[in-house]
Amino acid sequence: MFNVIALLDQPSSGKYTLNNQDVTQLNDQELAKARRENIGFVFQFFHLIPRYTAAENIEIPMILAGVPSKERKQRVAEALIAVNLQDRAAHRPDQLSGGQTQRVAIARAMIMRPQILLADEPTGNLDSQSGKEIIALLENLNQQQVTLLMITHDETIGRRAQRRIRLIDGQISLP
Amino acid sequence: MTFSDTLIQSYSAIKTQPVRVLLIILAMSIGIASVTVLTALGESARLYIVNEFEALGTHLVIVLPGRAETTGGHPPIFGETPRDLTLADAQALFRSRNIAAIAPINIGAAPVSTKGLERETTIIGSTASLRRVRHLNMAQGRFLPDTDTNKILSVCVIGQTIKNELFAQQQALGQWLRINDRRFRVIGVLSSEGQSIGVDFDDMVIIPVTAAQTLFNTQSLFRILLEAKSKPAMYKAVDEIKDIIKARHDGEDDVTLITQDSVVKTFDDILMALTLAVTSIASISLAVAGILVMNVMWVSVSQRTSEIGLLKALGATKRQIMYLFLSEAAILSIAGALTGLILGKATLFILQTVYPDFPVYLPTWAVFAALAVALLTALIFGVLPAKQAAEMNPVTALRRK
Repeated sequence: MFNVIALLDQPSSGKYTLNNQDVTQLNDQELAKARRENIGFVFQFFHLIPRYTAAENIEIPMILAGVPSKERKQRVAEALIAVNLQDRAAHRPDQLSGGQTQRVAIARAMIMRPQILLADEPTGNLDSQSGKEIIALLENLNQQQVTLLMITHDETIGRRAQRRIRLIDGQISLP
Repeated sequence: MTFSDTLIQSYSAIKTQPVRVLLIILAMSIGIASVTVLTALGESARLYIVNEFEALGTHLVIVLPGRAETTGGHPPIFGETPRDLTLADAQALFRSRNIAAIAPINIGAAPVSTKGLERETTIIGSTASLRRVRHLNMAQGRFLPDTDTNKILSVCVIGQTIKNELFAQQQALGQWLRINDRRFRVIGVLSSEGQSIGVDFDDMVIIPVTAAQTLFNTQSLFRILLEAKSKPAMYKAVDEIKDIIKARHDGEDDVTLITQDSVVKTFDDILMALTLAVTSIASISLAVAGILVMNVMWVSVSQRTSEIGLLKALGATKRQIMYLFLSEAAILSIAGALTGLILGKATLFILQTVYPDFPVYLPTWAVFAALAVALLTALIFGVLPAKQAAEMNPVTALRRK
């Protein structure tokens, strides 16, 4: 279901409308554009490219979108300040802590200013303190009119959500 | 994604795989170096031969006795024909106003001896005009005198090899040489010419044509060499020669005329075809390099599956992924091609140092062709792995570690 919402997979049945558009009718280029402009991803295992620095990882979605270089640099600097990592811009993922890595991933997810942020177990690979910081950051984004859709096995985090959908063995059950 | 961004991204990926990079560069550079060296050698041979011919003058005409039509086979190089070319035929050609010099040629082999030393060598019978027509230079003395062709003079001009073999450090001028049972006084020594289109003037004795006819007991000529006054005059001379000989041979058109430019063109064509054939054989190594490019790109795609999935999740299109991998292959191949060109140039430099007499020349078109072929090889062999990356399912790809 996460993959379908993320426009990474097509629904086998039913209909998915995003911004009043039936996404099942979109071709590869249109789907890629829709993903780029509407959806940000935060993964459990961060998925940063190891050879790039924090700043370069954050820049990737803008490179794919063809944003001019000067604007990219400026927006990356702002994003690093937003996740409080301005002093880690030139560090590669293996030089960052788990919490810092996830904050870089959040900065990357938000760099195209998407309406929806999909977070798949964002604290699943972090210690509790780092997890709390990440949740605080995500909640802050949610307060800035970003729809946050999070998958978690952590009941404590789940209880903080405005709306919960519980999945048991692939079936939706009431909260 | 802009073109420069694609290149930058590809380059950053390449940097992380030095062994892979070295392998591709090595394979591609060997292919390009072999193509470059063989093309240069072929092209140099072509230019060498063409220059050799052109050094003889660009308005030379060769008259051979017989025709393909009259002998029923190939043009009669060795003069087997029902009607011979004679000295009178050669003299008659002076009627053409477009001819500057005529050198009738008789050729044979005979033992040459002096003071107990003997050597079997080639004897050429001709006239004073041979020097002009074949651009021969004298080291000592003078060439055959410009006297009446019919007069039998017992003089000869020898090449450097004959001079060294028979006279060593002694003075050759004025000495007597015995050719068969006749004696000839040495009046000149040719300067060393080396081999000129298969004819070694260093190992020859040149005697007056009438003396050669007597020596070899023949009235016929091997061929007649003519130098036209100019290139346009050469074409007029060809027609006039045909008419003159036809009139002398009872209306029979039974000589073959070869112009210098047609010989040059024929050699040019043959050697160009040879160069291309050799280059094509060498390009097999490029195909091998291409297969290596494909293998290495496949490994790269396999190792970066998760990255491909991430790029797709972040909004990369199939085309962008494909271009990323293709440009990687292209960058590696171009780097290999440039290394190959340097290797090739170095090899040619060594060859030129070892064989200074043979001019080695790498044509500019070959350099550009090598780069273009390397790029094309990369694109052809890189397209399958790149397509595989582009078609990858992002969900499955993201799950891969």
